[in-house]
Amino acid sequence: MNTTQLTVQAVTPGPDPSIVDLTLAPVPWKPKPGQFVMLRPANFGQELTWGRPFSIYRCDEAGLRVVFQVIGRGTERLAALRPGDAVTVWGPLGRGFSTKPETPTLFLAGGIGLAAFGLFAEDPFRLPQAQLLFGHRLPLTAYPIYHEMAQRIPSEAMRQTSGADIEAFSEELSRRIKALGPQGLVLCCGPTPMLRAVARLCLEHGVPGQVSLENRMGCGVGACLGCVATTASGERVQTCVHGPVFDVRALTWD
Amino acid sequence: MDTTVHLPGLTLKNPIIPASGTFGYGLEFARYGDLRRLGAICVKGLSLKPREGNPMPRIAETPCGMLNSIGLQNVGVEVFLQQKLPFLPPEVPIIANLYAQSPEEFAELAGVLGAEERIAALEVNVSCPNVRRGGVQFGQDPEALQTVTRAVVAAAQGKPVIVKLSPNVTDITAMARAAEAAGATMLSLINTLTGMAVDIRTRAPRLATGTGGLSGPAIKPVALRMVHAVCRAVDIPVIGMGGIVSAEDVLEFILVGASAVQVGTASFMRPDRVFTLVDEVQALAETLGIGAWEEFRGCLKEVSR
Ligand SMILES: Cc1cc2nc3c(=O)[nH]c(=O)nc-3n(C[C@H](O)[C@H](O)[C@H](O)COP(=O)(O)OP(=O)(O)OC[C@H]3O[C@@H](n4cnc5c(N)ncnc54)[C@H](O)[C@@H]3O)c2cc1C
Ligand SMILES: Cc1cc2nc3c(=O)[nH]c(=O)nc-3n(C[C@H](O)[C@H](O)[C@H](O)COP(=O)(O)O)c2cc1C
Ligand code: FES
Repeated sequence: MNTTQLTVQAVTPGPDPSIVDLTLAPVPWKPKPGQFVMLRPANFGQELTWGRPFSIYRCDEAGLRVVFQVIGRGTERLAALRPGDAVTVWGPLGRGFSTKPETPTLFLAGGIGLAAFGLFAEDPFRLPQAQLLFGHRLPLTAYPIYHEMAQRIPSEAMRQTSGADIEAFSEELSRRIKALGPQGLVLCCGPTPMLRAVARLCLEHGVPGQVSLENRMGCGVGACLGCVATTASGERVQTCVHGPVFDVRALTWD
Repeated sequence: MDTTVHLPGLTLKNPIIPASGTFGYGLEFARYGDLRRLGAICVKGLSLKPREGNPMPRIAETPCGMLNSIGLQNVGVEVFLQQKLPFLPPEVPIIANLYAQSPEEFAELAGVLGAEERIAALEVNVSCPNVRRGGVQFGQDPEALQTVTRAVVAAAQGKPVIVKLSPNVTDITAMARAAEAAGATMLSLINTLTGMAVDIRTRAPRLATGTGGLSGPAIKPVALRMVHAVCRAVDIPVIGMGGIVSAEDVLEFILVGASAVQVGTASFMRPDRVFTLVDEVQALAETLGIGAWEEFRGCLKEVSR
C-alpha cells in the first residue's frame, strides 16, 4: 500500500523560523533523488483539501525528512505540527533525476529548491564529480541544510538581495553551464524564472540538463490533471507522474 | 449486511463509485487499493478526439473544497479503449463518462462506447461548467437535455444511460424530469458548482479561465438538498455525489433517496479514500442496524412546514 500514516518525530524551525525541518517515521520505502511525497496532516481536517508536495530531503532509519518554507495556509499548519502528530503520506512519487556516476554534475539550487538535492548528499560517492551552486535570498544561516550538504559536496552559495546580485548570479550560472560543456549534466530545482533561465542556457550551450518543476498539485497521482506541463511536442502531461523532473529538451519554454 | 446495489442493467457490489475526473482512468489508483473492491469505476470524461483542456493554472484550493477548470483534458475514446480499458480488472463495472459538443457527436460517442463489452453503463456529462461549447449548455435547457439524452439512449446499444445533472440551474427537478422523460435509465448529481477565487496581491483570478467548478465538502449541503429533491421528483434511480468524504456522508445521501454514490474530491485528500470507505460504510450500516439498503434508502422523516 502506498498511503501510510507516519508520526511526527521532530519539527525544527531553523534560525529563520520560516524554514522548517520536519521528520516523520517510520518509512517503509526507499526513494530516489528527485522524488517527492504528498503530506496531509490529520490537522488539515476537511478545511484544507489537498495534501502538499515536498521533495524528500533525507530518508533513512531516522525517518523521512522534508525541509520546507512557510508560505501559505498549508505550510503554516505543517509548521505547527508537534511530535506524535499523525500525517498521511503518499509516495515516493514521480520520476527523479537520472544521473551517471562518471558524469561531472552541477546541482543548481534556488532557495528551498535546495532540498531536492539532499538525497545526493546522503551518499556523495554516488556522484563523485558533483558540485553545488546555491542561490538564495534569506541569509545563508537560514538554510542549515546548506551547511550539511556543503560538508559532503563541493559547494558555493551566492545571495541575491538586489538587482545587481541577480545579474551576478545569472552570469555565474551562464559561466558554469558553459564551462561544464556537453559531457556534463546540469540538475536544477528552484523558482520558475530560474528554471527557465537554466533551461535556456543548457539548450544554448548544448549541455544536458534536467529541471524539477514545482507546479501546484492536487492529487500527486496523475488523476486531477491540475499540475500539467506542456511538452516540446505540445502535449499536456501531469508533472506529478511524468515529472517532477524533466529533461530541458522535453518541455516548451516560451 | 449485503451491500449489493441492484440498478437497472447494472449490479454493484457496494454503493461506492469513484466520480468521473477524480479517479483518472482507474489505473492511477491501482497501487493504492484493490480496484475490484469498488462498486464500479466512473472514468475521466471521454470525447471522440483527445482534448488538451484549459490553460494553467487550472486548480485552486478553497475552504473545504477546490475549484477546477481542467476543461475535460482526456486521451480520447480510441486511446482509452486500446490503452486503458484492457488493464482494468474485469470484475469491476466500468462506467464511461461522455462529453461531446453536439447531439450527433454524443450519439457517435455513445455508439462506440455502447459497443464495447467491458463498458457497463454510460454517464452523459451535460454539466461541465469548464468548456465553452457543449457541456453545461445542454444541461441548463430541458429541451436540449432531452435531445442529447434521446440521442445517447438510441445509440447506447441497450446499455444503461446515466444523465449527470448540473447544479447550476434554477430548478434541478425540472431537468431531472426532462431527462427521465427522454429515456434516461438513471440520473447522477451533482456536478460542480460554478465558483471563483481571486488573489488580492496579483489582482488576478486564481484560475486561468477566471471561473471554475467547486467541489469537495463545501458543496455537500447543496448536493444533499438537490439529491433529496430529485429523488422525490422522478421514479428512476439516482446516484448522489458532492462532497462525500466519510461513511456518514454516504449514508446521508442514501437516506435522502440515492441508490448509490460517487466520491470525487475525497480521492485527492488521500488516494486510498474510496477503498477505505467501502469497509467503513458497511461497518457503519451494521452499527446502525441497517439490514438491507432498501429499508434505509429514502427513509428520511418528512418535515412539516
Ligand atoms: C514536487 C514538488 C516538490 C516540492 N518540494 C518542496 C520542498 O522541498 N520544500 C518547500 O518548501 N516547498 C516545496 N514545494 C513547494 C510546496 O509544495 C508549496 O510551497 C506548498 O504546497 C505551499 O502550500 P501552502 O498551503 O503553504 O500554500 P497555499 O496557501 O496553497 O498558497 C500560498 C502561495 O503559494 C503558492 N504556491 C502554492 N503551491 C505552490 C507550489 N507547489 N509551488 C510554488 N508555489 C506554490 C500559491 O500560488 C500562493 O501564492 C514543492 C512543490 C512540488 C510540486
Ligand atoms: C478535477 C476534477 C475533474 C472533473 N472532471 C469531470 C469529468 O470529466 N466529467 C464529469 O462528469 N465530472 C467531472 N468532475 C465532477 C465530479 O465528477 C463530481 O461531480 C464533483 O467533483 C462533485 O463531487 P465531489 O465533491 O465528491 O468531488 C470533475 C471534478 C473535479 C474536481
Ligand atoms: S497533481 Fe493531480 S494530476 Fe498531478
